[in-house]
Amino acid sequence: MGALVTTASAIGGVGLVCAVALALAARFLGVEEDQRIEEVVDLLPGANCGGCGFAGCADYAKAMVIEGAAINLCAPCGAETLQALSELLGRKAEATEKEVAIVLCGGNATSAPRRSAYNGVADCAAAHAVGGGDKVCQYGCLGYGSCARVCPSGAIELVDGLATVHPDLCIGCGACVRTCPRHLIKMVPATRVVHVLCSSRAKGPVVKKACTVGCIGCSICTKLAEDNAIRMEGPLAVVDYSKQFDHPEIAEKCPGHCIVRHQTPNTEHRASLKEPAGTS
Amino acid sequence: MKLLKAKHKSHGGVHPKYRKNLVQDMAIEEMPLPQLLRVSMAQHLGAPARPVVKKGDTVLRGQLIGEAAGFISAAVHAPTSGTVKAVTPCPTPAGPQAPAIEIEPDGEDRWDPEVEKSAAARDGLIAEFQKSPGAKKDVVLGIIADAGIVGMGGAGFPTHVKLSPPPKKPIDTLIINGAECEPYLSSDNRLMIEHAERIWSGALLVRKVLGAGTLRVAIEENKPEAIAAMEKAAGDFGGEADVAIVVLKTEYPQGAEKQQIYAITGREVPAGGLPMDVGTVVQNVGTTYAVWDAVVNARPLIQRVTSLTGSPVSTPRNVLARVGTSYADMLAFCGGTAGDVAKAISGGPMMGLAQASLDIPTTKTTSGIVLLTPAELSVYGSTPCISCGRCVDGCPMNLMPCELSQMLEAEDYDAAEEYNVLDCIECGCCAFQCPAHRPLVQHIRQGKARIMAKRRAERQAAAKDES
Repeated sequence: MGALVTTASAIGGVGLVCAVALALAARFLGVEEDQRIEEVVDLLPGANCGGCGFAGCADYAKAMVIEGAAINLCAPCGAETLQALSELLGRKAEATEKEVAIVLCGGNATSAPRRSAYNGVADCAAAHAVGGGDKVCQYGCLGYGSCARVCPSGAIELVDGLATVHPDLCIGCGACVRTCPRHLIKMVPATRVVHVLCSSRAKGPVVKKACTVGCIGCSICTKLAEDNAIRMEGPLAVVDYSKQFDHPEIAEKCPGHCIVRHQTPNTEHRASLKEPAGTS
Repeated sequence: MKLLKAKHKSHGGVHPKYRKNLVQDMAIEEMPLPQLLRVSMAQHLGAPARPVVKKGDTVLRGQLIGEAAGFISAAVHAPTSGTVKAVTPCPTPAGPQAPAIEIEPDGEDRWDPEVEKSAAARDGLIAEFQKSPGAKKDVVLGIIADAGIVGMGGAGFPTHVKLSPPPKKPIDTLIINGAECEPYLSSDNRLMIEHAERIWSGALLVRKVLGAGTLRVAIEENKPEAIAAMEKAAGDFGGEADVAIVVLKTEYPQGAEKQQIYAITGREVPAGGLPMDVGTVVQNVGTTYAVWDAVVNARPLIQRVTSLTGSPVSTPRNVLARVGTSYADMLAFCGGTAGDVAKAISGGPMMGLAQASLDIPTTKTTSGIVLLTPAELSVYGSTPCISCGRCVDGCPMNLMPCELSQMLEAEDYDAAEEYNVLDCIECGCCAFQCPAHRPLVQHIRQGKARIMAKRRAERQAAAKDES
C-alpha cells in the first residue's frame, strides 16, 4: 500500500511540475499567430501545386495575411473561395479567368511515326537529349509522360502515345508547362473553343513527312478567323488566346487536320480538391 | 628514346571488349568528294559559328564560311571548292539542329589563294618563332584560332582557348593524348603510325606556345605499332629536353584527361577545376596534327580521320574525309553494310551518341562511327539497385553513382550537387558494370543538364535584377 502511494504521488508530482512548466511556457514563450492564417489555409484547396508562385498553400496563406500578397493568385480556387477570402481579409480582387492546360500537339502513335527505337530512361527530357528524340517530328509530343508525372491532380493522360489534358480535372497550376522539354503545353482560358494542335516550326513538306495531323502553313484558318484570332508565326498557325472566337467549319476546312473545335467539357471551377480524386 | 611507365593508377576503370582489330591495321584512306557537303556551324563547344556566306556564293577550299561568334567559339572553313546550295538548319550528331552550310563540290577542289599565299610565308615565321617564342606566341595562337582548330578527341573545346591559360596559371607539362581508350576506334592510332613526325613537330610547337618544360606522349600498351612509330620518329628530336613517351596500361577511361594527368604526373585536378589548375594541358594527337598542318602549311581544319567500324560494316576503314560528309556517304565508301544494323553510334560505344539516322554530316569531332548488330546489342530493363557497390568501385572520379542516380530520380538536385554530381565525366563505367542494369550515367547526364539549366536561369535572373 505504501509503495503504491509513493509511486502514485511521485508520478503525479512529476506530472504536476511538467504541467505547470508547460503552462508557463505557453504563457510567456508563445508566439502570437494571426488567427486568419489558419482560416485562409482552410479555404485554399490544399493541393500545394505551387501555381501561385509560393511554396504551397500554407506559404501563400501566410503571404496573403502578412505580406499583403494578391488574393487572386490561386488558379484552382473558384469564385466562392475568392469571395470568402475577400470577406476574411477585407481586400478585393478581380477573379482571374479560369485557365486550363492544353497540349498543342495532335501527333499520336498512329499519326506521328517514330524514327528509331529509344530504350533509355522513360522521361521526355532524356529522350529529347538523345539525338533530338525518337520521333520523326522534331517538335511534337514524345509521349514519355513527364508532364503527367508532375501533374498534382492527375489531369494528364497518355492516350495512344500522346499527352492529353482532361480540362475538367486540370487545376491550372502550370506545372506541366514548366516540365515539357519541347514547350508544347500552354495555359489557355478555359472558355476557348478553337485550338491549333501543332507546334511544328518546320515547313509544310517537312511536316507532312513527319505527321498526318501537322500544320502545313497554308494559312486558310487565318482567313476564316475574324479579328486576327489566328495568325501565322512563320509556317505555323497560332491561336491568339486573348480573343474569344469560333467558326463552325474551321476544323473541317483545315487541310492539315490539326485544328480542333470543342467546347471545353467543364469550365466551372472546382471549389475544393480535398475530396479524393475520382469522386467528382 | 626511353619509354616511361605510368607512375600512378587512377581509381576505378573498366575493361570492355576493345575490338580494335577490325580497323587498327587498315591504313588511312582518303575518301573521294561526295555529292554534297553539309558543314555544321556547331562543331565545337561554345557559341555556334556565324555563317558569312549565303546561298549561291562560290567558295574555295579553305575559305572562311563561318566566323567564331564569341570567345569560346571556333571558325569554320569550306572543305572544298563549290557552290553554296543553302544555309539551313541541319541535325548534328549531338541532337539539336544547328545552322549548316550546304556546299555542292565543283570537283576541282581549288585551294583559296590566300591559303597558298600564307603557306609560302610560314617557313620564315616558324624560324622566328623558334628563336623568340615569346614575341611570336600570339601570332601562332592567332593562326590556330583562324584555322578553326578544336579538340578532336570528342569534346571539341576550341584549341586556341585551351592554349591561352591566364598568366596566373603557368603550364609546366604538356601531355599529348594518344591513349584512345574507347573500344573500336583506331583513328588516333593510325595517325600516330602514319604521321608520327608531324605529330611530334606539332607537339613541340604546342609546347613552345605554352612555354611548358615537360612533354609527354601518352599511348596505351595495346597500340605497340603506334608506340614503335612514335619512338622511331622521336629519334630526330634527340636534342629536345624532357620529352618522353609514357606507355599506359590498357584500361578505360585512360584517355580521359583528369585520369591521364593523375597517371602520368600524380597531380589531381581539383573538383570543378581544369587541368591548367595543376599546370598541365592535355591535347589529343589529332588536334596536335591539325596544329602542325595549320602552322606549317597554313591549312585550316577541314578534314579528319574517322574510324568506320563494327561487324555490320562490309569493309571497316579509317577514312580521311572532309568535314560535312554524311555518315551514309562514308558508309557507302566502306562498301555499305553486310547484315542487320541495330544501332549506329557517333563516337565510341562507351561515350558515343546513338544516332536515329545516318543522314547526318560529320564534324571536326567525329572520331568514329560504330555500327552494331542486333546480337551485339543488349537491351535490358532496369531493376532496383542492389547496393553491390560495383559502380562505386568502377568510378574513376570516386563518385557514388548508385546514390546519385537515386537522388536524381527523386529530383533531389541539391543533394546530388552536394555529392559532387557535377564532377562526373560521363565515362559510363558505372552503367557498364551495373548488374541491375540501371541507367546510372544516363540519370547523371540528365541531372547535370538540369542543374546547369537551373544555374543558368538563376544567373540570368540575377543579371536581370541588377540591371
